[in-house]
Amino acid sequence: MTLPIVGLLLGVIIGLTFPINVPFEYAKFMSVALLASLDSVFGGLRAGIEEKFDNTVFITGFFTNALMAAGLVYIGERLGIDLYYVALLAFGLRIFQNLAIIRRYFLKK
Amino acid sequence: MLPIKQGQAAIAMVCVVLGVMLAVQFRTTQDIKASVPYQRVEDLSQQLSKVEKEREALLSEVYALRTATGTEATNRELQRVKMGAGLLPVEGPGVIVTIDDSKRPAKPGENANLYLIHDDDILKVINELRAAGAEAISINDQRLIASSEIRCAGPTLSVNNTRYSPPYEISAIGEPKTLESALKLRGGVIETLQFWGIQVGVKKQDLVKIPAYKGVMQFQYAKPVQEGK
Repeated sequence: MTLPIVGLLLGVIIGLTFPINVPFEYAKFMSVALLASLDSVFGGLRAGIEEKFDNTVFITGFFTNALMAAGLVYIGERLGIDLYYVALLAFGLRIFQNLAIIRRYFLKK
Repeated sequence: MLPIKQGQAAIAMVCVVLGVMLAVQFRTTQDIKASVPYQRVEDLSQQLSKVEKEREALLSEVYALRTATGTEATNRELQRVKMGAGLLPVEGPGVIVTIDDSKRPAKPGENANLYLIHDDDILKVINELRAAGAEAISINDQRLIASSEIRCAGPTLSVNNTRYSPPYEISAIGEPKTLESALKLRGGVIETLQFWGIQVGVKKQDLVKIPAYKGVMQFQYAKPVQEGK
């Protein structure tokens, strides 16, 4: 468990020290991509506990989820369909589900 | 601790990316909160231009009303006071001084500010003109009155709350020869300015026209002293 936390801290430090900036117009897509990534990480944690972890599935899932989510929201914005909220709902639900399952394993142990 | 049996390394790597995204998103959100919303900027600039137009119209109205009452008043004293206060357009012999930024490029390592006109340069010229007996002075059609300010406002010069960019044209009514020689004194204002390459031109004129002060005089704090109390 320590390794992912160390990785997360390292990422935050990198993000804060380097002046990476997202223009305001893209902040929406960035937030959806962020949510997708969070979902992937929790999914990965759950799979790791359940011993069903597959490296390729996890890595590809992480990147495609984030990119597809942002892309879909972009297309939705172009077409006038607010896919933003749909993505929020879908990923949010999954994150909470995964969290619940992880919690159960944690309590069982 | 929670036992993650597989994929620790992969999850850690992905967590690095996630951390970067979190940090960037955090900063962007902060930035958005700190800045004026985008639409509001447009809204405000539209309002500004509307108000500016209104102000222009009102100013010309004030000026028209003021000149209308001025011609009616036959009182010579009033006329004189108005001339002194800069409320009447005046004309007469004088000089026109044009001042422009230096064309000379600043040498590397040198402060480029030295080659630009500043408020104190203009003030020195004005002071010299007044010392030489100028009776009325204007900068780019802004009559200088007792409460006129001459001040740098970024790269522009603010006179009577109106902004001008170089070149500046200072008109002064007075004895043309005296005014000219006061400026061109050895070691005087013009020589100092020309040392920095600032372009100064003095033209003697038989007829200089100086407009009246178009602003409004407001006395919020000053009250006339009641005599005999």
